Amino acid sequence: MSTATTATPTRTGRAAGATADYLDQRTSVGGAVKEFARKVFPDHWSFLLGEIALYSFVTILISGVFLTMFYVPSMNEVEYTGPWVTQQGLHMTEAYASTLRLSFEVRGGLLMRQIHHWAALIFVASIVVHMMRVFFTGAFRKPRELNWVVGFVLLVLSLLAGFSGYSLPDDVLSGNGLRITDGVVRSIPVIGSYLSYFIFGGEFPGTDLIPRLYTVHVLLVPALILALIGLHLLFVVLHKHTQYPGSGRTDKNVVGYPLFPVYVAKAGGFFFVVFGVIALMAATMTINPVWNYGPYDPSPVGAGAQPDWYMLFLEGALRLMPGGPTEFVIGQYTLTLNVLIPAVVVPGILFSALALYPFIEAAVTDDRREHHVLDRPRNRPFRTAFGVAILVAFFILVLAGSNDIIATHFLLSINDITYVFRVLIFVGPALAFWFTKRFCLSLQRKDRELVLHGHESARIVRFASGEYIEVHKPLDEHERWLRVQHDPLRPLEIGPAEDARGVRRKGHRLDALRARVSRVFYEDRVEPVTPAEWLAAQSHGEHDALEAPAATQAPQLTGGGRHLVEPDVQDGERRPTGGGRNLVEPTDPDGTDRRG
Amino acid sequence: MKALAARRQDRRAPLVLLLLALLLTGAVYAVATPARADASRLTATTDDVEAGRALFMANCSTCHGTSAEGSDRAPSLVGVGAASVDFQVGTGRMPMQNTGPQVIAKDVQFTDEQIAQLAAYVASLGAGPAIPTAEQVDATLGDAANGLALFRTNCSMCHNAVGAGGALSEGKFAPSLLETAPEHIYEAMLTGPQSMPVFNDANLTPEEKRDIIAYVAEQQQPQPGGFALGSVGPVAEGLWAWVVGIGLLIAFSVWIGAKSS
Repeated sequence: MSTATTATPTRTGRAAGATADYLDQRTSVGGAVKEFARKVFPDHWSFLLGEIALYSFVTILISGVFLTMFYVPSMNEVEYTGPWVTQQGLHMTEAYASTLRLSFEVRGGLLMRQIHHWAALIFVASIVVHMMRVFFTGAFRKPRELNWVVGFVLLVLSLLAGFSGYSLPDDVLSGNGLRITDGVVRSIPVIGSYLSYFIFGGEFPGTDLIPRLYTVHVLLVPALILALIGLHLLFVVLHKHTQYPGSGRTDKNVVGYPLFPVYVAKAGGFFFVVFGVIALMAATMTINPVWNYGPYDPSPVGAGAQPDWYMLFLEGALRLMPGGPTEFVIGQYTLTLNVLIPAVVVPGILFSALALYPFIEAAVTDDRREHHVLDRPRNRPFRTAFGVAILVAFFILVLAGSNDIIATHFLLSINDITYVFRVLIFVGPALAFWFTKRFCLSLQRKDRELVLHGHESARIVRFASGEYIEVHKPLDEHERWLRVQHDPLRPLEIGPAEDARGVRRKGHRLDALRARVSRVFYEDRVEPVTPAEWLAAQSHGEHDALEAPAATQAPQLTGGGRHLVEPDVQDGERRPTGGGRNLVEPTDPDGTDRRG
Repeated sequence: MKALAARRQDRRAPLVLLLLALLLTGAVYAVATPARADASRLTATTDDVEAGRALFMANCSTCHGTSAEGSDRAPSLVGVGAASVDFQVGTGRMPMQNTGPQVIAKDVQFTDEQIAQLAAYVASLGAGPAIPTAEQVDATLGDAANGLALFRTNCSMCHNAVGAGGALSEGKFAPSLLETAPEHIYEAMLTGPQSMPVFNDANLTPEEKRDIIAYVAEQQQPQPGGFALGSVGPVAEGLWAWVVGIGLLIAFSVWIGAKSS
């Protein structure tokens, strides 16, 4: 940049400089720009998943503004006189009529509607994918727990935004969704019916709902989402970005490229990629053809009536729940467990587990350190397995919500599918948990094997004595560091119940609970190779003898292990920087000023 | 040749080979599958009864009995009318291939003339619903908007909002109507095949049946929004959002996130 400005400035260069100077003198923005432009971000494709969510949200805002110009949030009854032949002469609400007008009479309206809806599906999907990345790599650990909660609230808000928008056209399909919502609200004991009347302004469907949903959809929820996205990104700047483990990467630095120019270009370009993909989908694939469903009327329900994918797990839970015997009449009140459990309790459990996980994990790990280097999922078998189990539960519910489509497309009996899923919803996550945990432990063992013995080279050598050996190629120090850099995790060890004088220790019972859960987390483990083991392996296979005592002495040894093999401590020249273009933020000696 | 040999060692090579193999299989299948018979129709006359009886004896009597009186395997056909035969045989459901939750529509086994002869024979056994006239099933004479109102009250709970089909209990299903001929839709309403209820003329007047046919005919037109994704609603949309949308975007992320070296 400096070389460009010291050369003879062009006309545009001078104009740009003058504009920048004008702004800087009035806003002092120069400092912030300088700061941001030099902010270093690590490079990995999975760090772009959150950006997909951001850009699809921008796409939703842009297309949504267009839609508000033509949509009429009113439940007044009108007669349709527009061009769509299967609706002509039907009585409908202004909301539905204006949606039809938007689709068939406003130039570009249908494309905008489809962009808006596809972008909404992509928005929620990308939030989920981003959340998966954050979860499985442990990016939610201190200091980022609050940002995890912000992200979680964003997920819930995105569901609310999607659901309120889905209901606005006031067609039969969206009305079916609202009818289910009404039923779910009513299933809440004691306050259910009052709440339903409060939401709908009287008996369902009433005439108040569409204007109310409109305010929620275009004002309340988007404003909250925008504010929380701001907070989410502010936290990213404050905490700096996490990075994947590797040589040269520590909890005290960030290895990557500066924001300007590399990421400004990449991120700016990526917006257009995201918008382009959504526009391509919207231009070629129908989404929510409301003109097929007709104006809302509480009586008809079409086959294949389902919500958008992100609500499908709720539909699935409702479809799985057995009916009759789970409904009780107590006095003159009805307790409908067949709605309450699948629609309130099950999602309550799934979502609470998701929101609280970082805090539970920190408590049972007794982890109070800051973490900026991500975990490899295999090194956290319990967490990875838990995440996969939740995903599997969610996926089974989604499939259960699609059971009629599965039945028709795979020529199966819908009854059998439902029975199978009723079992699978309990067995599936448990199996997935077990399998994933075993898989992670096996991968860790493979890592140990590689560190100790190196890569198999497929070169067999025969000695004069007739003995055959396979030559192993040792790992280079970067490969090795990747496999030994993580801390071993062990179950919590807690103090005795009583101190030396026989006085009960405060908080012992809580500690005992933490220790119990901690054993569930960390009892099965494969620890990274210690320096002693590695040295022993170097001296030809004697590590086998050493392995058993090493495990008992492990606490003293592991600290040392981190220095022994870290390559850039040994040799600064060999840092894999790709021609010196990577910047390494200087290590902060006291670690206090981390908010650069 | 050397470059080609090197490519063969590429670890993506099996994937490419697999894709090519799938493509080839698909192409061969598309070419080898026989085209559907043209459904131009003939008008049946009573002269065909004798020919129809011969066909019946050869193809249907094993189950339905030599005088169509029925058996423990198949119902009596006395009084089911020509409409029923035209529907069952004309859509390939009869003769039935094998038992199962539901009789499946397959390739039509008889020529239109033979179907008309069979229908004439069965109609001669006892009074029943007749094959509708061309005017009764002419979609252009129907009111599609009224058809929508009728369709969603009477049909969409099984056949889906646009007639794309839907699941019933125990492996039975309501078939898609998106490729069904108008006279078959009319006959199905009139005779109520399999799980379908009968919509007699008191229930839905012939005009109303024609309105429904007009509505379904509208759905058979190209849709304004692009590919209809099977017209099965949000499940398909969600699948495509994940597979195409998130799939493409992750591919782009990998591309952008890849090291420039």
